[in-house]
Amino acid sequence: MASLVGSRVERKEDGRFLQGKGRYTADINIANQTYAIFVRSPHARAKIKSVDTSKALKSSGVVGVLTGKEIAEDKIGGLIAGWAIRSEDGSEMKVPANPPLAKDVANFVGEPIAVVFAETLDEAKEGAEKVKVDYKVLKAVVDPADAMKSEAIHDGVDKNLCYDWLLGDRKAVDEAFAKADKIIKVDLINNRLVPNAMEPRACVVDYNTASEEITLYTTSQNPHLSRLVMSAFGGVAPENKLRVVAPDVGGGFGSKINVYNEEIVCSWASKKIERPIKWVAERTESFLTDTHGRDHVTHAELAVTKEGKFLGFKNETIANLGAYARVFGTVTPTYLFGPCATGVYVIPAAYSNVKAVYTNTAPVDAYRGAGRPEATYTIERLVEKAAMELGIDKTEIRMKNFPTEFPFKQTLVHTVDSGDYVAGLEKAKQMADYAGFEARRKKSEVNGKLRGIGVSSYFEACGIAPSAAVMSLGCGVGLWESAEVRFNPTGQISVFTGAHSHGQSHQTTFAQIAADELGVPMENIDVVHGDTDKGTFGMGTYGSRSLTVGGIAIVNACKKIVAKGKRVAAKMLEVNEDEIEFKDGEFVALKSNKKKTIGEIAFACYLPGQRDEMKSPIPEGDEPGLIESSFFDPANFSFPAGSHICEVEIDPDTGNVKVEKYTAVDDFGRIVNPMIVEGQVHGGIAQGIGQALHENTQYDETGQLMTASYMDYTMPRADNFPEFNLGFTCTHATSNPLGVKGCGEAGAIASPPTVMNAVIDALGGQEISMPATAEKVWKACKTLKKSNAKAA
Amino acid sequence: MKTFNYHTPKDVKEASNLASTSSAFLAGGMTTIPSLKLGLATYKDIIDIKSIKKLSGIKVSGKSVTIGATTKHAEVAASKEVQKAIPALAKLAGNIGDAQVRNRGTIGGSISNNDPSACYPSACMALNAVIHTNSRKIPAEKFFTGMFETALKKGELVEAVEFQVPEKADYQKHPNPASRYAIIGVFVAKHKKEVNVAVTGAKSCVYIDKDLSKKLSSSFSSSAIEGMKVDDSEMNSDMHASSEYRANLVSLYAKKAVEAC
Ligand SMILES: Cc1cc2nc3c(=O)[nH]c(=O)nc-3n(C[C@H](O)[C@H](O)[C@H](O)COP(=O)(O)OP(=O)(O)OC[C@H]3O[C@@H](n4cnc5c(N)ncnc54)[C@H](O)[C@@H]3O)c2cc1C
Repeated sequence: MASLVGSRVERKEDGRFLQGKGRYTADINIANQTYAIFVRSPHARAKIKSVDTSKALKSSGVVGVLTGKEIAEDKIGGLIAGWAIRSEDGSEMKVPANPPLAKDVANFVGEPIAVVFAETLDEAKEGAEKVKVDYKVLKAVVDPADAMKSEAIHDGVDKNLCYDWLLGDRKAVDEAFAKADKIIKVDLINNRLVPNAMEPRACVVDYNTASEEITLYTTSQNPHLSRLVMSAFGGVAPENKLRVVAPDVGGGFGSKINVYNEEIVCSWASKKIERPIKWVAERTESFLTDTHGRDHVTHAELAVTKEGKFLGFKNETIANLGAYARVFGTVTPTYLFGPCATGVYVIPAAYSNVKAVYTNTAPVDAYRGAGRPEATYTIERLVEKAAMELGIDKTEIRMKNFPTEFPFKQTLVHTVDSGDYVAGLEKAKQMADYAGFEARRKKSEVNGKLRGIGVSSYFEACGIAPSAAVMSLGCGVGLWESAEVRFNPTGQISVFTGAHSHGQSHQTTFAQIAADELGVPMENIDVVHGDTDKGTFGMGTYGSRSLTVGGIAIVNACKKIVAKGKRVAAKMLEVNEDEIEFKDGEFVALKSNKKKTIGEIAFACYLPGQRDEMKSPIPEGDEPGLIESSFFDPANFSFPAGSHICEVEIDPDTGNVKVEKYTAVDDFGRIVNPMIVEGQVHGGIAQGIGQALHENTQYDETGQLMTASYMDYTMPRADNFPEFNLGFTCTHATSNPLGVKGCGEAGAIASPPTVMNAVIDALGGQEISMPATAEKVWKACKTLKKSNAKAA
Repeated sequence: MKTFNYHTPKDVKEASNLASTSSAFLAGGMTTIPSLKLGLATYKDIIDIKSIKKLSGIKVSGKSVTIGATTKHAEVAASKEVQKAIPALAKLAGNIGDAQVRNRGTIGGSISNNDPSACYPSACMALNAVIHTNSRKIPAEKFFTGMFETALKKGELVEAVEFQVPEKADYQKHPNPASRYAIIGVFVAKHKKEVNVAVTGAKSCVYIDKDLSKKLSSSFSSSAIEGMKVDDSEMNSDMHASSEYRANLVSLYAKKAVEAC
């Protein structure tokens, strides 16, 4: 049987999605449900003097109104930061309380203050308008760069500083810098992004008065984790009385990792009002309250020799956490950012210092790439600038500093198990016709256009592991993944995974790997996820971990199935276990060539006997049934890497930037389904180009989000992109038996610096910030014209 | 969304009679419906004019192109007759917003709403359009009176827009990358006797740039306006574009439009 791993199997999920047959949270309705509308703060920072719900309670159809007072009385816990980060001086990070309904102060526009439940959605809206909140508006802190100089917005958080974190050795860096021929410096802003999942957040809660169980249907990337947090920290219900179901979820990109206010409030309230509750975010609520991404202000320096060898690296960053610290909010700008900022290079001395600040803006958390796009942008801008200033070819300077041996022990944290960065960059150069660029540039010039080329070489640390390591760094949970493989008596197989698919095609990829392991057709396998009542447990999907962690748990559970099958087959075929070979779904007795299919074995495991003779196929020490589970905790992260090359053409009259060519060469280890992987890369690059050229989250000085709709927030569209030219190199990961590496975030990590390097190249080295909007570029073109005129 | 009465009048008279100070006509709904949903506007009566047959359709004579009020942008864009008589108008319609908007939005809704960054008003101004309402005919320069304001009175309904066929014309637009409305739109039309350069997106309301029009009237070539600075003192400045940038785009796109004529 040909291996399914490696082939372009069509996506099992496409049929139903393309026919509108997906079943999302908003599609779920429960008899007798009420509708929830949240009353949200219109102010970025305000004291809540009083909340008057009397008029709302009398409003037609209103079933109940709850506020921060009631939730505090019921001792329902708030939202949490999942990682504890320690400052350089040894002190613990400062985390303010984040109640699900704000009681005393509101800290960002959109923060929930109260909730109204009514018989219809319109009545809930009417009711919500009648909740009177008396605010005392306070001066908002908006700009992260000024936050430490501004009034503290949270009690006990001096200077609005959550932590001042250091990784690396300042002294060693100073020594390295002293030896440098040149110091390259950049000041960067990593622009804040709104994740914009296609499906807005939603929840439907059903409290069963008989069993006292709460069922929460929700838009989550990690239902088990949601249950754990809601139970352990929220105190909403004991874990065994709380079922969390995340059905089809229309995109997450990190914004659906968190357990949000609305889920906690509706779950708690459903029990209180003894009615099911439905809440679906409107797009404005998504803009205002989904966790945002990025938002760093960075000063970084690279010490180099005149030959272009890197000696040392410094990274001083202010990271905006927004109003509160959330699940991955505190780790994203530290362990997911700092260690990765030295990139794919041998840099003997390095440090990353990050000051994380609170501001009166939406909380910032993991967003596709989480920390690693910021890291890659930092180092790749520096490297490109170094090449320019030293007059060395931008690919050559990279090659010069790539590690030559793997495992590659980096200066800060990671030991990268495998890779071949030279091969990736060489292939990218070839595919992008790097050598032919000058001719294309001249041609653009003749047409009055400026053409630039940009390169970025990246690595990514994803599939965070092992648990003991991440927990030692402050993570509140272990980051293993589990799977259960359940053979049914008739031969169909259910594969339960703790990972969650919200666009990643696990139904297909996971079925491919299980089918290969078990030697059965893919059609016999159903991948089940997203329900805490089904399967074992799971940490969910983010950080490109599903295949490298969750997929391996499936492989390991399948191996246990095969191992048991061997024992059973040996007994049934009356040979020793070591005389049985498993191949293509059959257990074959090598000497006699007698065989049993895995289906027959499963059948025998469930029906362990036969007519007229007392004889069991189950060997002594084994039990009936054929179900196996596995918890996989990898020995290390997985480290995909690659090189991307982009060419842009700029119209100096308008400042319009056109992405002319985009080449990506990635090393994702062994690839299970190239079509799905290409889709992931496409999506990632699209998001990265969005960050580089289009997406521009803007708050005004009072903390109002100016770009709170698609009329003002530019999402990239298909006509903004050229056809992506994708290639792969392959070095197997050594930290997992499949040799796979994560691929979900790479596109979004590599592309912003690639595009910006191309834009800045076209602008003759003039630095501009992301997003490189037409007007900014136009202004830079004018400056370029002036300086060219002067030079001439 | 607040509740409202929904009407589907059969003719213009009925539609007009239903109108009050708290009513809106519903054409494509591309502006009205989002305003309702976001609570920016509330109406007692929504008067859906889409089923009034008389209001939809395109008529072309030698001298003019007349487009019924509820004719959709996509229909104008795809019309062979418009493409032949005033290709610039078909092009303008074909670049409005996105496909969804073009398949619902109407010319009547566009000009009645008079969004400062809408495209059609510039065509009306440059092509000496006459707006036919149920009670009168209004020349374009009297129709667009200010930001989101027109000469329309309560209950007055746009029935059709009659454009004068020019010798040559072109429309150039710098779209807002998010909404794809015009950050700047410049409609240049060369008529027998004069040249009109109408600009949208730049100020609070569409206008004719007199200087550009005059220069081009005496010599219709891009070199005639080469290097001409456009005064930016009254221009919009917002997070999408500064007044300085807008002014640059006006002169640039005027030139591009002349070259494309
Ligand atoms: C995302 C997006 C992008 C857009 N991009 C562009 C663009 O690039 N260029 C552009 O020009 N426009 C653009 N528009 C506007 C769009 O093309 C519509 O023309 C506009 O929204 C209104 O037209 P409508 O037919 O939908 O009118 P409606 O929303 O139905 O009505 C709008 C207003 O006009 C009044 N009205 C409608 N018909 C009549 C009539 N016959 N007589 C009197 N009053 C009437 C109504 O009472 C209402 O007040 C965009 C809109 C959106 C949502």
